[in-house]
Amino acid sequence: MIAEWFAIVMGTSLFVLMVPVIYRICIGPTGFDRILGVNVIGTKTAVLLVIIGTLYGRVEMFVDFALTYALLNFVAAIIVSRYLNRTISLKEMEAREKSKEGSKT
Amino acid sequence: MSLDSFSFFALAVATEDGGDGFLLLQIIGVICGILGLIFFLGSAVGMVRFPDFYTRMHAAGKGDTLSTMLMLGGFGLVTMDDLSVGSWLLLIKILGVVLFIYLTTPTSSHALMRAAFEDDEMPMTEDDLKKSKKRGKKKR
Repeated sequence: MIAEWFAIVMGTSLFVLMVPVIYRICIGPTGFDRILGVNVIGTKTAVLLVIIGTLYGRVEMFVDFALTYALLNFVAAIIVSRYLNRTISLKEMEAREKSKEGSKT
Repeated sequence: MSLDSFSFFALAVATEDGGDGFLLLQIIGVICGILGLIFFLGSAVGMVRFPDFYTRMHAAGKGDTLSTMLMLGGFGLVTMDDLSVGSWLLLIKILGVVLFIYLTTPTSSHALMRAAFEDDEMPMTEDDLKKSKKRGKKKR
């Protein structure tokens, strides 16, 4: 009885509180803002899956889904951060060091 | 006084529930969930209001981790209504998800922050703030 009402109220308020994060995903100035919002929403979806499991009465099944979703979310964040990471070549790095030394002296 | 009233409250809850006190556990779980909602509210407001990528990441990383942990722990306590093997297993699984999120969310925020810093995403300084204020005054 308590568990069902608690699940309904928590799920509804989680959906309402996801709206500002979706706004940030839509207007985010950089790509990093967007992937950060996607990460937050993915973590909250893992909570929502546990809530849905409480409503259906099969929590032990939905907890596994939540674990899988959290794992996929983590892997997606790591992959996107690796992809957006701009690596510079060794020659460019040496050129930067030389320009720094030149500006110092 | 407060401790005495609390123990009386616990006794009343336990007698109302048939003496085993699972209602008290559920009330603790509900309080944990509401605390998690408050933290997530702070995180969402911070993600909209803050001016800079790094401050937004500060709001999102901290509020997100703690609110998810509190909400999942609260649900683990709420759904526990007997002492059978299945419900203990369920509680341990939910605590496993909590441990996983406790380990991975700070890691992913760290990786994103590092990627943004190496991509020459500059943090907002005081000069930028002054410039934006001047621009606002001119517009008005």
